[in-house]
Amino acid sequence: MESVEFERPGTVEEAVALLQGASGNAKILAGGTDLLVQLRAHMVEPDVIIDIKHIEETRTLTKNSDGSYTIGAAVAGAEAGDRDDITKDWPGVVEGWELIGSTQIQGRASLGGNLCNASPAGDSVPAMVAAGMTVNIAGPNGRRTIPVEEVTVAPGRTCLEKGEFVVSFNLPARPAGGGDAYLRLIPRTEMDIAVVGCGVALTLDTDGVVKTAKVSLGAVAATVLVVEDAAKAIIGTKLDADAMAALDAACQAACKPIDDKRGTIEYRTKIAGVLGRRAVTIAAERAGKK
Amino acid sequence: MAKHHISATLNGEPVEFLCSTRQTLLDVLRDELNLTGSKEGCASGDCGACSVMVDDRLVCSCLVLGAECDNKKIDSIEGMADGEKLHPLQTKFLEEAALQCGICTPGVLVAAKALLERNNNPTETEVRYWLAGNLCRCTGYDKIIRAVMSTAADMRENAK
Amino acid sequence: MSSEQKDYKWVGTRQIRPDGHDKVTGRAKFGSDFSLSGMIHGRVLRSPHAHAIIQSIDTSKAEALPGVKAVITSKDLKDQPSELKPAGEGMVNYRDMTRNVMAREKVLYDGHAVAAVAATTVEIAEAALELIDVKYEVLPHVVDVDAAMKDDAPILDDTMVPIGYETKGPTNIAKHVEFSLGDTGKGFEEADVVIERSYKTEAVHQGYIEPHAVVASVSEDGQAQIWCCTQGQFMVRTFVGQLLGMPTSSIRVTPSEIGGGFGGKTVVYLEPLATLLSSKVGKPVKMIMTREEVFRASGPTSGGSMDFKIGATKAGKITAVEATVRLLAGAFPGAPVAPACMCAVAPYDIANVHVQGFDVVVNRPKVAAYRAPGAPISAFGAESIVDELAKELGMDPLKIRKLNAAKKGTKAAYGPTFRDIGYEETVDRAMDHDHYKAPLGPNQGRGVASGFWFNIGGESSATVNINEDGTAVVISGNPDIGGSRASLAMMAAEELGIEYSDVRPIIGDTAAIGYNFLTGGSRVTFATGLAVVEAAKDAVRQLCERAAKIWEVDAEGVVWDNGHAKPASTNVGDFEPLSLAALAAQAPKTGGPICGHNAQNVQGAGPGFATHICDVEVDPETGGVTILRYTAVQDVGRAIHPSYVEGQIQGGAVQGIGWALNEEYIYNSKGTLDNPGFLDYRIPVASDLPMIEAVMVECPNDRHPYGVRGVGEVPIVPPMAAVANAIESATGVRMEALPMSPPRLLAALDSSNIKQAAE
Repeated sequence: MESVEFERPGTVEEAVALLQGASGNAKILAGGTDLLVQLRAHMVEPDVIIDIKHIEETRTLTKNSDGSYTIGAAVAGAEAGDRDDITKDWPGVVEGWELIGSTQIQGRASLGGNLCNASPAGDSVPAMVAAGMTVNIAGPNGRRTIPVEEVTVAPGRTCLEKGEFVVSFNLPARPAGGGDAYLRLIPRTEMDIAVVGCGVALTLDTDGVVKTAKVSLGAVAATVLVVEDAAKAIIGTKLDADAMAALDAACQAACKPIDDKRGTIEYRTKIAGVLGRRAVTIAAERAGKK
Repeated sequence: MAKHHISATLNGEPVEFLCSTRQTLLDVLRDELNLTGSKEGCASGDCGACSVMVDDRLVCSCLVLGAECDNKKIDSIEGMADGEKLHPLQTKFLEEAALQCGICTPGVLVAAKALLERNNNPTETEVRYWLAGNLCRCTGYDKIIRAVMSTAADMRENAK
Repeated sequence: MSSEQKDYKWVGTRQIRPDGHDKVTGRAKFGSDFSLSGMIHGRVLRSPHAHAIIQSIDTSKAEALPGVKAVITSKDLKDQPSELKPAGEGMVNYRDMTRNVMAREKVLYDGHAVAAVAATTVEIAEAALELIDVKYEVLPHVVDVDAAMKDDAPILDDTMVPIGYETKGPTNIAKHVEFSLGDTGKGFEEADVVIERSYKTEAVHQGYIEPHAVVASVSEDGQAQIWCCTQGQFMVRTFVGQLLGMPTSSIRVTPSEIGGGFGGKTVVYLEPLATLLSSKVGKPVKMIMTREEVFRASGPTSGGSMDFKIGATKAGKITAVEATVRLLAGAFPGAPVAPACMCAVAPYDIANVHVQGFDVVVNRPKVAAYRAPGAPISAFGAESIVDELAKELGMDPLKIRKLNAAKKGTKAAYGPTFRDIGYEETVDRAMDHDHYKAPLGPNQGRGVASGFWFNIGGESSATVNINEDGTAVVISGNPDIGGSRASLAMMAAEELGIEYSDVRPIIGDTAAIGYNFLTGGSRVTFATGLAVVEAAKDAVRQLCERAAKIWEVDAEGVVWDNGHAKPASTNVGDFEPLSLAALAAQAPKTGGPICGHNAQNVQGAGPGFATHICDVEVDPETGGVTILRYTAVQDVGRAIHPSYVEGQIQGGAVQGIGWALNEEYIYNSKGTLDNPGFLDYRIPVASDLPMIEAVMVECPNDRHPYGVRGVGEVPIVPPMAAVANAIESATGVRMEALPMSPPRLLAALDSSNIKQAAE
């Protein structure tokens, strides 16, 4: 019942000052699709809510001259999905963003929020990890940039220090021969939290041999995983049956899931292998595999 | 702290309201502005009964704070008809019995209108996925999907 | 269409529903949309435990919080004697009801109400809940039906006296029922094939989108007004009166528009609490459940476990069925075990049947009705085993159903002998349908299943007032969930011979119309419809009398034809017909207002049957099931408004699909509900489904003037078995437990693969 302050900083510096100056718990508001639910359920009791959407940098999605992208933390999935350039370059990354909830949620849920909610099942995260994305964090000591996979340290917990917040993301230019994909398993066709999510980014040489690969799994461990053995299983192959079987096994071996209302350990583990194979197949097609 | 004084445009008219930080846009519409057409079915963004447009984007008003709405353009079900003239979707829903109890209907209509404004020739699959966030427990969705598709067909015909 | 069908002007057409404009513009007032000046807000404190003794409740800190106006606990409600009392169609025990509305000695489930607060704002009321200090002694709990029947199970109520069941000590078995026909021992001797199987279903929620809501206002002279979303304003009046010790005449209940019910709004939760709080405070009190409260504390329907045994000749004639159905009732007795037993094999003409059922209490919210209560559960078992039988005999699953179909004159195991019924026609129509012949691809399968529901009549009152301008108002007393007002107005327009748009149907509050049993049992268009037809005929009789008066002839000499009074023959005289409008205009001079009325306990509901066809595709790697195509054939008697009949069929089928695939109450090891929200209680969303083709068979009910049968409940009966049978057809794996969610189906597929590899 305690009253909550509401602030609308216009600059990163103001936001950092507000975060740092907050006597108690400060919460960043971007899309609000997690925060408002938690607020209502009294899972969080902030003293101040800081709406970062008036900071220009958090709201812009820019394709840079080198083909890379800078994406504001408060950009919503549907806003990215409306952009032809990024959708063409990184369809898997955008798929992950656009799978966050319903049409209504997609219009609000932000990339920064989906990451910083620190759920192991966040749909945006595996594809961002696979694509090698990094985050730009602002704080009292200035800025720092770290890989996406380093942000979440435990379910519901990030590595952000007091006074810090995620301002934007960096997405590399699409490499030559590159393709990516994100797949998730949900019981229905929409409106569910991922039981397993899998992001894949890879590159093929002109002969169709996998040159590089990064495979990431969500909802099978406390945080989103990077499965190096899965990448190793397919690098240097033409994704023949043996390579795919090895990839499947590597994905399953990496899983450390829990039993809960959304899936069993056994189910999640098996599905990680299935989605790994399927996502790699899609990513390879997008990379030009015939 | 004191309540926030918010100025916005609601269904084409200027509106001012006071709200606390915790009040959602849905709370504001229903409790402060006495517009009860937007419904609360879950308060967690899972049912879509509170769907409204904010700055021309479809959102769940239960997941937007009233305090965020300063200078925003908000459109709710109450603004969908043009005076006495129903929107074509509203007419089609009546003609094709695309509602039973009617609790989800305002949200479904707002969402369907948003779809048709983006895409006046959606496939059945596109309509189904666009409306996946609008739960309806009565109709099995069949008549809703048909009504949206047939409104789209009418709109394309009229645009010729 | 039957050949004797008359040409109707309105019946059978697709009119715009009278409440439609308000519902597409947001103007319609549902439960939580109603407010009164000076209103304050109530909230309920709920148990965090599945089973615990309430040692003490200290409300003093909550009462001291500024803005708090009243706090109530079970001490504020007088206890009720434990006896079954008739309430409408069924029996209720007010001792249980008062304990469900507010826990007394014990809390019996997660979410059980413990105290309620009224305060000037919702926020203050919620803050006050946290200041109420409840001391609990937590007890072992049981949420599974089979576990609850074991001798060493935790006992919910050691004073409970079972009905129809002998027991040495305390038990959770509240009731045992049996239905028998013929001699099953003999029937199984005649069988060439005997199959025995067990099945299990999970508890599922009605899932209406509108949470329960009420505004109650009690004045200083004890007169109470209640506005709420309910399936029965008279039910609310009766229950609130009984629980609070108020005379019926002091309570007036006005039903709001209702945002879905499906049986779940046939009981009271908040209404007595809001009324009691209002009487203490002297202000109107509004209470709304959150979605979480709806799931934790309002009635789901039973889950159950079942054993079935079926015997048949090589030719496919079913010679005997035995079944045992065990249903969980929730915290208080009242699982729909009798209807589950009665409906199980009702579509079939079987000489030897023995079905028994157990009503079992467990630490879950007390079940409420859900669309054909009990029937979908037992039909999942029955229609699965009939499918297995067909497979065993190498017969087409529709042919075996046709061979054994109940017909006019068949004696059902639950008692009656059927009059005209359309079951066999639903099977024929399914067999002839394109869908049944369409090719299937890899990993795809087709299943069929049938279903039965009694439908009911019941107490109904209706008034048809002829207005001075020749229009009419129809007042009835049943909340309209799915378009019944349109049907009532259409039947009245048909009888009166006036335009449908000139008939305004209104749902009266409890003081505006005679008693009506609640909206349930698929009764409204049938039973209240009958009362409306009779009330319209009463108005017509009066109109004819007025014409006779004007013409100075005997009333018998006047007939009503197409909205006009006419001389019955030339012998009566040569008079210009008088229109309803003309007679209405002259009413003051011919005897005063013209008001037709009818009140009766309607009998003669026509049972409903359906046969569904479902195609699925199974992803063998994930266990995911896609519903590819769905056709639901149903005998609807006569469709007054075909669109809304189709809507009932489509909606019921989809609720059944949800029940089949993903819906379930998930309790954790502490006995608390893990999925009290629409995120993890997974009702079907639009993208989960194909179009649902509704095929209406019209075999008129000879006991209704237009042939109406109830249509709302039958369509939820077949889907679970239809989906299971389709999955079996696609994969060869028989799912014997619901829901057939991806993890469960994949586990079954994998274990079947392991078995096959070993063989």
